[in-house]
Amino acid sequence: MSFIFGTIICLAIIAGTAWAFRRLGQYGTGNAPQYRDMSFGVAFGYVLALVVLVWLGLAYVASLSSNTVVANKFFFLGVAINGFILFSIAAWLFRMIGRHVGTESTRKLFRVMPLTASFGVLIILVYAILAIFAGAIAPYGQDEILQGVAANIIPGGDPALGGDPAFPLGTDQIGRDIMSRLIYGAQNTVGIAFATTLLAFFIGGSLGFLAAVVGGWTDQILSRGVDVLMAIPSLIFALLLMTIASVWSSRLGIPLTVFMVLIIAVIDSTRVFRLARAVGQNIVVMDYIEAAKLRGEGMWYLVFREILPNATAPLLAEFGLRFCFVFLTIAALSFLGVGIQPPLADWGTMVRDSAAFINFAQFAPKAALTPLLAAGAIALLTVAVNFVVDWMLHRSSGLKE
Amino acid sequence: MTDTLLEICGLWLEGQSEEKWKPIINGVDLTLKKGEVLGLIGESGAGKSTLGLAAMGFCRDGVRISHGSVEFDGIDLLTASAAVKRGLLGKRIAYVAQSAAASFNPAHRIIDQHVEGPTQHRVMSRTESEADGMALYAKLRLPNPDQIGFRYPHQVSGGQLQRAMTAMAMACRPDLIIFDEPTTALDVTTQIEVLASIRDIVKDFNTAAIYITHDLAVVAQMSDKIKVLLKGDEVETADTRTMLSAPTQEYTKSLWAVRSFERPLKSPVVVGSIPSVSVQNIDAAYGKSKVLFDVSFDMHEGRTVAVVGESGSGKSTVARCITGLLQTTAGQISFGGEVMPANYRKRTKDQLRQVQMIYQMADTALNPRMSIGEIIARPVQFYLGLTGKAKRARVDALLDQIELEPSEYYNRLPSELSGGQKQRIGIARALAAEPKFIICDEVTSALDQLVAEGILRLLAKLQDDLKLSYMFITHDLATVRAIADEVVVMKDGRVVEAGPKKEMFTPPHHPYTDLLLSSVPEMDPDWLTNLLQERGVDNIGDAAVCKM
Repeated sequence: MSFIFGTIICLAIIAGTAWAFRRLGQYGTGNAPQYRDMSFGVAFGYVLALVVLVWLGLAYVASLSSNTVVANKFFFLGVAINGFILFSIAAWLFRMIGRHVGTESTRKLFRVMPLTASFGVLIILVYAILAIFAGAIAPYGQDEILQGVAANIIPGGDPALGGDPAFPLGTDQIGRDIMSRLIYGAQNTVGIAFATTLLAFFIGGSLGFLAAVVGGWTDQILSRGVDVLMAIPSLIFALLLMTIASVWSSRLGIPLTVFMVLIIAVIDSTRVFRLARAVGQNIVVMDYIEAAKLRGEGMWYLVFREILPNATAPLLAEFGLRFCFVFLTIAALSFLGVGIQPPLADWGTMVRDSAAFINFAQFAPKAALTPLLAAGAIALLTVAVNFVVDWMLHRSSGLKE
Repeated sequence: MTDTLLEICGLWLEGQSEEKWKPIINGVDLTLKKGEVLGLIGESGAGKSTLGLAAMGFCRDGVRISHGSVEFDGIDLLTASAAVKRGLLGKRIAYVAQSAAASFNPAHRIIDQHVEGPTQHRVMSRTESEADGMALYAKLRLPNPDQIGFRYPHQVSGGQLQRAMTAMAMACRPDLIIFDEPTTALDVTTQIEVLASIRDIVKDFNTAAIYITHDLAVVAQMSDKIKVLLKGDEVETADTRTMLSAPTQEYTKSLWAVRSFERPLKSPVVVGSIPSVSVQNIDAAYGKSKVLFDVSFDMHEGRTVAVVGESGSGKSTVARCITGLLQTTAGQISFGGEVMPANYRKRTKDQLRQVQMIYQMADTALNPRMSIGEIIARPVQFYLGLTGKAKRARVDALLDQIELEPSEYYNRLPSELSGGQKQRIGIARALAAEPKFIICDEVTSALDQLVAEGILRLLAKLQDDLKLSYMFITHDLATVRAIADEVVVMKDGRVVEAGPKKEMFTPPHHPYTDLLLSSVPEMDPDWLTNLLQERGVDNIGDAAVCKM
């Protein structure tokens, strides 16, 4: 009850301040258009944003406090704000470097790049380097159990908390270096997710365009088939197929991972199919498609030369999103134990293995960081991919700010 | 208190392109008295629409007013607060957009959109406004005025929708209406109905209007004054009659002269010669509804056959049958005496090559992701098997033929060209196949008069050089007069009249041909009034109803 009451009072105070803010603005600037035509909602928004910012600032100060109870309460917020500032600076520096190094065309690219995109590009680059050179960068092997090392899940390598400076992110329950496993995880999870998404787009995209161009029975058969596949909950379907595949893989001697890529690709291609078909149907009615048909062009030329270039924008947007979903599906399957198999390092499995430590968040936030490291790696890449895709969309659609 | 309603002084507008501000309108002045109609003409890109919107104190995204003033009835619209403008727009100033079909919300009934203005501005209650809307529909001579408002926009025709939009603009009885090309997308016969009803209602309510168009004949009927714009500069302003009889500027004279283009008559076709394309007694249907009935005509080498008729008359369907996109249900089509398979998929590459098509909307006819070079090179490679240097040389030759500089245009994308240039690329793509026969489907109807004339002259020159035969689909009889050798008039899927141009333009006519011919606006400012009287209606606008 008091909570509701407090909320109402807070809102009333914000509303009053907003009204006063607008009035002051009108009075102070001699009725300048921006204050004169400001609606109350906008004024309210400004004040609300200010309140939130002030609260964030206070919380950040509190997270640095020497009182551990207070500091713990705002620990994660502090980490997030630090991360935000650090990444912003890194992205800005990266863009600065890009603007002065490289060929004329890449410099021009960096000049028009927004900060979010340069952040995305930077993160993707870092991930790519980590994934490709994992073997050279990681100090230990992904399945290397270090003898005589106590399990130590607290990152930071602080000996006072039982850490060891040799393992900056700690070691897991059976004595494997977490940092090495994170780096190898990039290779396994990202590589597989990328391959799967590409495959899903190839299958879904080409069939979708085919359905759009040919229409009639082909369209009916393909679309109804996709409807059937989509009617089954995708995760459960994937689980079911993975269980079957695990039998086959040992019999046929094909790694389970190959089956996983195929299964997720097929299930995900249904969404791509629908998009490609819808986009394709809008394009096939254009006169230039009719002109190409009347010229006697074949199906391959129609789909890949006439339609595909005009469908890249929505497909790219979908690619960013779909990549993240595939990524999460793989993590989920691994979490459930049928995805990437141990001892291969994988972020989903790593979250599962240390998920119990989340419970420590209240009194020992650093201990709870362990599962969040892998989860954060997933989240960071997801955000980065979407930033880059947004920017590419913006460029390809030719929209101006 | 003077009777000046709108006064624009030294208005400069700038538009943003590639992060630079470039001028669009350079210091235009404009005064409009109450009840006066001003015609604003110029080719596309002249800034007509931008100026029209600026008269409402509004700028599109990426456009800004750099200086000048817009004063409406003593209120400065550029500095007025949002609240003041809200009170004016829709209530005292209204806007009629070019494409009513795109401007109505397809999810709401027409009357629901009509009453929005009056109820929002508290001019009338909903019931009053509905009744008033029906009265306006009746005044604008919409069929079933009591019921038409309760339909959705897709359930009425384009011309009716355009009138419904005019009614909507009238809903609050504004002092000023801005008409942005309200009849450009309509047929001549429909255009008359809309023109007459607009003129009628503007006069009845003593509304001032700015009428934006690129059609001089239309503006001559509608306006008291004419202002000519060229690339954002005012060329001249004068009273309609003065302007038409004695234009002072070179540019205005050139605009007036466009309609004079006409090709010399050709000798009649030798009897017994084999036509390059012959349409023989074809019937066609979309699903179960039959759209073509026993259509036959011949097209000979080096000649142009114009197929005219209003929309829905089946002229484009004939083209679809000739190309093989739509299979005929009876009859046949032969090229040079040889019968063609009805389905384009069954035709050989060489048969496909002989028929090429140029489309009405150059925007959708060119793949926006391919460069001009690629677009033209494809048929060259596909049909003639040229590659490498030979292909490039052929494309360059084609670009020369359509009067575009090859080195400059080869790598451009369609979006970097103007409408007329895009249409030229369409022509080049058709020529690249080295056809004998080209179907031109309303190729000039989306273009300004000057540009359209350029295209017509180019087509005429190409025909003389390459002995092409054209099938020219159009609803614009001025175009027919300019380019055709023979004319086929169609109505409701039947050929109503056919013959050489000379015969077609001299009486006696089939009554439908007569209606079409008399509906073409003429430069004479009294033309509409005279025509309406001639058609036996004393009041303006009633003529529209006396359809066949």
